[in-house]
Order: sequence, then C-alpha cells, then structure tokens
Amino acid sequence: MAERVAQARFVSVDLQETEDNRALIEAIVADNPDIVANHFPGVVKLQSATQLVVKRASVEERLGRDWETHEFQMAIVTVAGNFTEWDEDEIVIAWEH
Amino acid sequence: MTTTPKKPKKLSMKARYSALTRDLDWEPSYVEFEKLYPHVTYEGIKIHDWSKWEDPFRLTVDAYYKYQAEKDKRLYSVLDGFAQGQGHLTLSEAKYLNAMKIFLGGVTPLEYQAHRHFAYLSRHFAGPGPRFAALCQSIDEMRHCQTEIHTLSNYNKYYSGFHNFTTQHDRVWYLSVPKSYFDDALSAGPFEFLIAIGFSFEFLLTNLLFVPFMSAASFNGDLPTMTFGFSAQSDESRHMTLGLEAIKFLLEQDEDNVPIVQEWVDKWFWRGYRVAAIVAQMLDYMLPRPVMSWKEAFELYFERQMLDGLFPDLAYYGIKPPRFVQQAIDEKEILSHAVYWVFYNFSFAANFTTTIPTEEHQAWLKQAYPDTFEKYYQPRWDRAKEIADDGGRFFFGGLPQLCQVCQIPMTFPEPGDPTTICQRNSEYNGENYNFCSDGCQWIFDREPEKYIQAWLPVHQIYQGNCGGPSVPEVLAWYGIAEGDNGEYEGSLDHVNWTRWHAQQADITGAHPDAQDAAVDAAAVKEA
Repeated sequence: MAERVAQARFVSVDLQETEDNRALIEAIVADNPDIVANHFPGVVKLQSATQLVVKRASVEERLGRDWETHEFQMAIVTVAGNFTEWDEDEIVIAWEH
Repeated sequence: MTTTPKKPKKLSMKARYSALTRDLDWEPSYVEFEKLYPHVTYEGIKIHDWSKWEDPFRLTVDAYYKYQAEKDKRLYSVLDGFAQGQGHLTLSEAKYLNAMKIFLGGVTPLEYQAHRHFAYLSRHFAGPGPRFAALCQSIDEMRHCQTEIHTLSNYNKYYSGFHNFTTQHDRVWYLSVPKSYFDDALSAGPFEFLIAIGFSFEFLLTNLLFVPFMSAASFNGDLPTMTFGFSAQSDESRHMTLGLEAIKFLLEQDEDNVPIVQEWVDKWFWRGYRVAAIVAQMLDYMLPRPVMSWKEAFELYFERQMLDGLFPDLAYYGIKPPRFVQQAIDEKEILSHAVYWVFYNFSFAANFTTTIPTEEHQAWLKQAYPDTFEKYYQPRWDRAKEIADDGGRFFFGGLPQLCQVCQIPMTFPEPGDPTTICQRNSEYNGENYNFCSDGCQWIFDREPEKYIQAWLPVHQIYQGNCGGPSVPEVLAWYGIAEGDNGEYEGSLDHVNWTRWHAQQADITGAHPDAQDAAVDAAAVKEA
C-alpha cells in the first residue's frame, strides 16, 4: 500500500469538560488565537498549529479566585507536544524541533 | 474583575522543585557508585550527566499528595453516588460490561506490575530527577490498580465475569497477550523498560486505550469508569511527559545511545500495538453505543499526533518512526474485525460473552469501514446468523496456533491481502517457532533465547498443565463459573438485565409473577 503523506503538525491538549474546568477552557481559548476546539463525550480537545499557552492571570480572572498552575493537572486528559514551560504564571505546550 | 498580582513567594516553582528533590540527593562517599547503582551500565546506555534530566511538571511531594488526594475524593464520591442510585441499571446494556471484564483482567494487573517496576526504577536510577518521577509514577500505578478494582467491584455484585480476575490474568488464553507483553518489559533492563512502558506505551499508545474508551464509557452510561479513567488519565499526562523526557534524555546524553533506543522503539511499538488489538475490538464491537471507531482513533491519536507531531521532533536526534509502522497503518481497517471474530469463536473459554452485532451496529461498522466491512466481514456475520437462527451457535472446536511473541492466535492477514492469514516461522536450535507477522518474527529473531521461554496457553493445555485435556476441565482451572462465558443472548447477565428492567417498568407491582417472566421463558426454552 502507498506510504502515507504527513499532514500539518499541531499541538493539542485534551481536557475534561466539566463545570470546574469551564473557566480554564475559556481562558485558553481566549489566549490562543488559532485554537480549534473539538468536543467529544466528556472531553474537549484543544488544538493549535503553533503552540498552546495557559495563563494563570486569565484563568483567575474568569474563575474569580486564586488558581495555581499545578491545578492544571486536575483537568488534563492527554497532551500532544512538550511542556516547554511550566512555572507560576504560565504553561506552554509546543513541539521543540 | 481584576486580579491583584500574586504575593511574592519565598521560592519560585523552579527553586522549590530544585530544593525539594535535587538538593536531597548526595554523592556516595563510603560506597562505590557501581555498587550503589549496579544496573545502569549493562544495557550499553551511556549517561554522562544525570542532572540534565528535566521534569517539566516540577512536582514536589507536598503538591503531589495534595492533588492526588483531591482526585481520589472526587472519584470516590462518584462511585458512592452511582452505587447508591442503582446506577448499573442506567448502562446502555448489560453486554457493554464485557468490555470492562476484559479491562479488569487485562489492564488492572498490569497497573500493579507497573507500580512494582517503577518502584524498582526509583531505587536504581542514578539521578534524583528520574528517581523522583519514577517514584510518583509508582504510587500513581498503585492508585490506578486500586481505583479500577473499586470502580468495577460494584458491577461484580450484579454481573458475571468479574469475580476471579487475578487468577485469570495468569491463566486464561487471551489474557496471556497483555501479561506476556508486560512480563517482557519487566524482564528487560531499566532503560529498556523506560522506553518500552514509559515512552512506547505511555506516550505513543496509551491515548488509544484510555481517551476514546473513557468517552465511550461516558456515552454508555458508565459514570464510574469514565471518572476513574479520566482520573487515571490526569496522571497519564505526567507519565507521558516522563516517557518523552526519558527518550530525549537518553538521546542527548550520547550518540551511541541512538541505535539502541531506535531498536527499542521499533520493538516496543510493535509489541504495544499488538496488545492494542484488544482495544480495537472493544471500541468497534463491544460498545452498544459506539463513539469513535478504531480507525478514527488511530488516525487522530497515533498518525496525526505521533507520526506527524512527535516524530519530526525525534528526527532531530536521528530517530525514525518505528520499523513496522506502515503495517499498522495498513491494518487499521482490518484489525478490530479480525480480533472480534476470534473472540466470537472462543468466548466459551473466556470470562466474557460475545454476540453477533445487531443490524444497526453493522450499519455503523459499514459507515466506519466503507472499504472493508461490507466486503470482507459482513458475510461472516450473515453466516453466523444463519447458523444461530437454525438453533446453533458457532464456536470454534479446536485450539488455535498462537504467535510465539504476541501470543495472539493467527488471525491477521497478509499485508495487502485481507483474505489470507499471515503466518511466519523461524527455526532456532532445531525447533520451529510461528509468528503472526513480520514484526513479531523480527522481535523473536533479535532475542530468541528470551521468546523460546514463552508460556503459550495452547501449548500448556496440550502439555497437560491446565487442569486436564477436556474443555470443562480447562474452564474449571481458569475459574470460569456458570454465566461468565459463551453467547450473550440468553446468558445470565442478559436474563437478569431483562428481568430487572421489567421490574422497574411494573410500577404497581400488580403482576409479581410477571417479574420473573424472562427467567421462566428462558427455562421453558431450555426444557
């Protein structure tokens, strides 16, 4: 059979689609202009052709309370890409090379 | 609203991680390095600087326990509510649970083995970064094992097939597929295990097991499984990160590591992919309300995310996509159909039941597999239905030839020819060994001394090691009880399911005798 042709690369993160995560998902959508969101039962898959950034300040603004980036672990289902940055203020998911 | 800037903390996340993990390490002074870490050189992997290991999660013990405890609290409140509210009656259908019976026997014991082996890695790696990451993963794997057992134990009160999974994992023919896969990894060196399980399984393939399957649980009313699945999966993303860090670390440390790692990726992709064949049939055949076909899941989570996403990153280090990946791509429209047919033929000797897919389900399969289902597989089901309609139920009468490496019966087709079963063989020390594919043969030929020791269930039955020569004796040795196995239609689970729903419908209780109508009808049929 024919060799498959590689398609455009994307990074992605799948999050549990719950009420708790609504503010987080909204913040990611707002902070990443080229984002594509696909909904599966119980899960939302966020994809970007470049990188995905999660900003603490944006999440806190929508959540109305303090939020630490470690809490991202409660929401995540799976990831495609590297965590190239993860500190107090933001998480960045991208391919490295 | 606006948020005020965070109060400055005493330590940044990076500094905290460094202080609470790396700084707790010390250089041995009165024991030689080789005696303290005796297992890190014999595989030929060269590590020059263990401190170059990165942990992007920057996890510390306090943060780890805080979030893990919260995950467990959320899960157990769901389990409790579901049990209290008779949640099992809201499943899509009792036959959905066949998928969970396979999961409990096939996956849960592997979680426990992973717990043990990551504990070993957390002792034997010579750097604090990978040791701590392995320690967290070891505890995670124990949590997964426990939460899976607790989640599914509620179904064990009402349904067959769940009651004996630990013994069955060691004995039942199809469970030797996941068991031998993991035993293969456990008996490898520490770095090979890391590439086998940490990278090839957790990073490349685990999404295919958990993500579509947990969505399917959500779609089929199985709230507890969905919740434990997502709870486990939140750890999984950390494990994926460990696997990815592991491979990059090994590749960056020394160029001589590259060919060794490439062979492990080639081997463990194929080993893991063959085990995933069991997941393929669960997704396509065992869900009364299917969500995503194996083909779709494979294209999205493997081809798009791994081949198009990850492998260009690894090409930077000189790593190529796995050796037999094209064969896996070519099989994506064939895999689930071949494997479920084997299960349909042999479920008399398993802890689950099978049945002919309904007309509606076959219509979905036709849509999902427009090039293969109608042409190759529907005619089989038509024939099975003719036999069933005549009052028979076709089960295979003999024992199948198993692949020496993956231990799956010979069922996969020749590349490019779905109607011919592939079989390969190699000779070693005057003995003949059989394989399902070029991939499994290549794996055997690399390490024949390892794979000639395989515990093949069919050979063991013939050698008289499985309770006796007859089917009832083998089933007794497997610990299969009445109602666990065979055909779903008319099975204990099916009859109970029908009766319980009739009871729910009979709101006045006016016809108490009618409640047992389904049972009586089944009894009459037998008589």
